[in-house]
Amino acid sequence: MTVEVHDLKDFFRRAPLPFTSSRREQQIPDNVWTKCANCGELTYQKQFNDALKVCPKCGYHSRISSREWIEILADADSFVEHDADLQGIDILGFVSPKDNYEAKLAATSERTGTNDVVMSGSASLEGLPFEIAACNFDFMGGSMGSVFGEKVARTVERAADRGVPVLTINASGGARMHEGIFALMQMAKVSVALTRLARVRQPHISLLVDPCYGGVSASYASVADIILAEPGANIGFAGRRVIEQTIRQKLPPHFQTAEFFLEHGMIDAVVPRSDMRATIGRLLRLYERTTSSADHREHVVAGHQ
Amino acid sequence: MTTLTELLPWDKVQIARNPQRPRTLDYIRVLCEDFFELRGDRHHGDDQALVCGISKIDGRSVAIIGHQKGSDTKENVRRNFGSPHPEGYRKALRVMEHAKKFNMPILTLIDTAGAHPSMAAEERGQAEAIARNLLVMADLPVPIIATVIGEGGSGGALAIGVADRLLMLEHAVYSVASPEASAAILWRDSSKASEAAKAMKITAQDLHSFGIADLIIPEPEGGAHMDVPAIVHAVGNALREQISTLSALTLDQLLDQRYAKYRAIGRFRQAQTEIVEA
Repeated sequence: MTVEVHDLKDFFRRAPLPFTSSRREQQIPDNVWTKCANCGELTYQKQFNDALKVCPKCGYHSRISSREWIEILADADSFVEHDADLQGIDILGFVSPKDNYEAKLAATSERTGTNDVVMSGSASLEGLPFEIAACNFDFMGGSMGSVFGEKVARTVERAADRGVPVLTINASGGARMHEGIFALMQMAKVSVALTRLARVRQPHISLLVDPCYGGVSASYASVADIILAEPGANIGFAGRRVIEQTIRQKLPPHFQTAEFFLEHGMIDAVVPRSDMRATIGRLLRLYERTTSSADHREHVVAGHQ
Repeated sequence: MTTLTELLPWDKVQIARNPQRPRTLDYIRVLCEDFFELRGDRHHGDDQALVCGISKIDGRSVAIIGHQKGSDTKENVRRNFGSPHPEGYRKALRVMEHAKKFNMPILTLIDTAGAHPSMAAEERGQAEAIARNLLVMADLPVPIIATVIGEGGSGGALAIGVADRLLMLEHAVYSVASPEASAAILWRDSSKASEAAKAMKITAQDLHSFGIADLIIPEPEGGAHMDVPAIVHAVGNALREQISTLSALTLDQLLDQRYAKYRAIGRFRQAQTEIVEA
């Protein structure tokens, strides 16, 4: 692994922001109206925020940031962010007249206040500890490159070391083209890390949110112990447009939704955002009995005596 | 006259896709002492875009898994141009478990533009099928040697490519997405595939310089299709050497090295301090 230790001065200039509630969203005052991207319904911003950005009329789940997810799911003040200082570099010397990878990264970091797609850390839900890695689709389409893979792999390894479950919240268009083969190999990197978690018998819970495709969907997100998805989330391996071009016909609207994959046996449950905290809390409690492998061993030994 | 050392990445893509280029079964026919094909995933069907089986090489039992493109249109239709459906990856998974049970090293031969994008593939869980193989290969307790013999495209290649050693033929390419798909994603213009091929560093030489490919197998002058017996012989020698090296390791060494190999892939920048608290 090549970790380029950056000049400290440089780091502090773009220091990771302390975790507070979502900065940009907070700038939207409560006394305005918001228009549903799906049905066009106007909702008072405060009411929209209280509904966790789900349209009260049509139930459309707006995309929310990793920060917002952590606010919804983690106990107040329990989240401790890790690895916020990891930043992408232009590995390939990506040459294109239209694309400057480093400039794009810098501009996106500036706009979003984060260094890459994944925000990760330790947290608790109703007092039960877990590790979390959550995607921000807003950062270069949630694309998976070296930083993404490294943060998820570290999250999984940290969970294995601590003996706690992992929750991943997955929204991604797929691999980050600008990192070429390194992006593809992140799928394998996270997979090897997951073997450690399996060894300590801690669960990986994967939550698929809109949209989740390509390399993320075709690696850790689809082989978790429990897979949840939000209503209406678009999920799949190949993008809709690619399939339509291949088969030369329009696909039905229901195709590749969370409900479609529930019907086809690929996920365990479609869970509305308003129930997500309670559902994940339930799951963490259901696995709690086996959370201590030491207890499990003692139990086995006692059983033999 | 242009010599092979002056090939551009896009030229290499053309060579890797040359219909005359030897495919998985061409290697199997010569290298394997009594290849028995294992067919079907035991759930849905038998995907002929992926060929699997057991065999012996130098008296040692091995399992073989490889993408198979067709040599003509008719065969290409049957083999779906070497682009597997989920049942292909699940057949491969079955053979991996088989290799584990009978302690056989696994040889995989990669030659695909990618996993097939279709309604049927999505309905049957293309993403899950690929993901499952990555997870299983991550700690499968037998040596795994992957060789890119033509083109390695995306997750559809990696799904049989998590290995202790990655070998590439001299003019093989391996990329996160096919150059056409990359160009479409990056610039919404699949006709810029040759630019994408260059920008994305997809040649065997690139991957070797990144430390991702462990070994490059030189091809006969003019490419593998110009002297099939010579390239099959060269691949056979490379595989025999890798099998014997990896077989000498203890299981812990093998799996620790595989973990370290993949865990280390990626480049990024990190500041010196850390942990931001709420």
